[in-house]
Amino acid sequence: MGVTRFPSRAAGLADRMAGFVAHLRMNGFLLGPRDTGAAMTALAAVRATDPAEAREALQVLLAGDAEEWRRFDDLFDAYWFNAGKQREDKAPSPHVRVQAARQPLWQPHLDPLSGGAESQQEADQPDAGDGEAEGRDGRLIATRTDNLSRRDLRELMDEDSLRQAEAVARNLARAIRDRRSRRRRRAARGSALDMRRILRASLSRGGEPIDLYRRARPPRPMRIVAICDVSGSMTVYARVFLAFLKGLLDSGTRADAYLFHTRLMRVTDALKDHDTLRAAARLSLMAEGFGGGTDISGSLESFLAGYGARALNGRTVVVILSDGYCTSEPQALAEVLERMQRKARRIVWLNPLKGWRDYAPVAGAMQAAAPYLDAHLPANSLPALAALEPEFARL
Amino acid sequence: MSFGEVQVALAEQGYVAGDRLAMALHLAGALGRPLLLEGPAGVGKTEVAKAWAAARDARLIRLQCYEGLDASHAIYEWNYQRQLLAIRAAEVAEEAQLFSERYLLKRPLLEAISSEEPVVLLIDEIDRADEEFEAYLLEILSEFQITIPELGTIAAQVRPMVILTANGTRDLSDALRRRCLYAFVDFPDRETELSILTARMPGVEPLLARQVVGVVQALRREDMEKVPGIAEMLDWAAALSGLGVNDMAQAPEAVQASLVCLLKTAADRDAAPREVMDRLIGKVA
Repeated sequence: MGVTRFPSRAAGLADRMAGFVAHLRMNGFLLGPRDTGAAMTALAAVRATDPAEAREALQVLLAGDAEEWRRFDDLFDAYWFNAGKQREDKAPSPHVRVQAARQPLWQPHLDPLSGGAESQQEADQPDAGDGEAEGRDGRLIATRTDNLSRRDLRELMDEDSLRQAEAVARNLARAIRDRRSRRRRRAARGSALDMRRILRASLSRGGEPIDLYRRARPPRPMRIVAICDVSGSMTVYARVFLAFLKGLLDSGTRADAYLFHTRLMRVTDALKDHDTLRAAARLSLMAEGFGGGTDISGSLESFLAGYGARALNGRTVVVILSDGYCTSEPQALAEVLERMQRKARRIVWLNPLKGWRDYAPVAGAMQAAAPYLDAHLPANSLPALAALEPEFARL
Repeated sequence: MSFGEVQVALAEQGYVAGDRLAMALHLAGALGRPLLLEGPAGVGKTEVAKAWAAARDARLIRLQCYEGLDASHAIYEWNYQRQLLAIRAAEVAEEAQLFSERYLLKRPLLEAISSEEPVVLLIDEIDRADEEFEAYLLEILSEFQITIPELGTIAAQVRPMVILTANGTRDLSDALRRRCLYAFVDFPDRETELSILTARMPGVEPLLARQVVGVVQALRREDMEKVPGIAEMLDWAAALSGLGVNDMAQAPEAVQASLVCLLKTAADRDAAPREVMDRLIGKVA
């Protein structure tokens, strides 16, 4: 491993350290000038000439969470040991987080969202509804739903419907947002008197309780974790569901969104981005491989093992958007759902197939999953989604 | 004190610290910054604070966080009952006396700040506390001072060494993370764990120690609901050696019976029947 040869203008250690901090910042670390100073101080406190010791010291100082802690080694090598020269040269725009340590997980194929340059706008701004988004796997579904009187979600690709989907999601999220704590806290107005505070305030009035303080039950919002299937059989719904996820995230609740097909990835940050162009770029980067096979249980498994510990608690509603067609064993799905059920408050499965007239959960996966779901609801059309609101309110 | 000396000092307390953890403690001392430790449950995050306090001969003040923890339980509170009694008994002539240290109940944070000797302040499982509570901590962690409206600002005479632990129940705010040094503590590898076991329990037979560590390491790789931590490993070793087992392969009943120390859920217990344990033990030996 060769040591990086710095240009002569980066003269002192301070300059290079500033460069290193900038390099980390470009890779998504939250660092500022103050941290450069602290890094110099930290190096003074250790034997800075020993690379291993300097690496550990800087890692302790500059990494902020488990993810950054893991990536630090690679980034350190990239900057100080020349391993990332290539990437450095490309000078990524500071707005786009570079997924430095990760290789592209999938080859883009058959999917309009990751199709090329124009996909930058596509993921978030819909095309004119010319049906191009109907992936080839959608054909079978299309013939089976022809005669439905209500329009199926896959036809709703125009901007209006997407906006509507977002609005529906916001309403749903609101329906489960407003929950109250069991315990009371002091508040400006509330149903109960705060005797302790009243007594305290009464001291300054010679022991007479004149100022009345109150206690109320503070809000304890429910959290939503939405896990959306974007595999082949779901491609036709993907765009509306993405809009739906975006709506959930924008609703002012604490929500988390994930996509999966054969792997799982977190898309909360990408969907929350107010710069729609940038969000679309990030999303299409992540959604490479849209429309491949499905591994529901494997994806949920990796969710539980990774994000799950943080994302799930007794106030979480897990919303799974999937048609339940998957390649893995139904038994595996049942097991993972059983574990999830114990960690989360409620599990809701929104199934686009369920709205069909003759639908019966014959897919092995759905049958296996059924005992662990708190609700298995249709999600094939916008009215159907909107009609879920009372169901959600009851959760 | 260099970071090597940190390791030695901790080793004297029976705590085997990895390089990065020792470096983190060393820097936290050198830079006077709080240290945030994250990692799975049972890797010794709380224990390191205790060991470090003992190594530095400092008092350990511990604040266990929980949902609903607020300032009056963590920082300070006025002793209203006493104030009221004092008023009734007309002990106090003027109001200012009512709000003096005499009527102040010190909670862990104020106690750590106002202490005259060096202390180690352990804020345990910070991610269990509500987000609002983090905001209380910000002033304390960056300025090492506490403002009490009636008394004024109390600044630390000796900067306490602050260790925060979290295991990812909820995401911590960036403001809090920025003020802290950070170290991720993971489960130790086989050699480290073996040295932990021998440091903690010198009496355990070498063969049994190797088997215990090997089996626990193998179990951690399995898909467990509650991954056995270091404390569980130590418990199990103590149980086995207390039962007089020197070689697990010879005493499968005792192994099965003592699994209560190691596996804490019914599903995990079912996943480790006698055949599985025999296989794991066989692999280690």
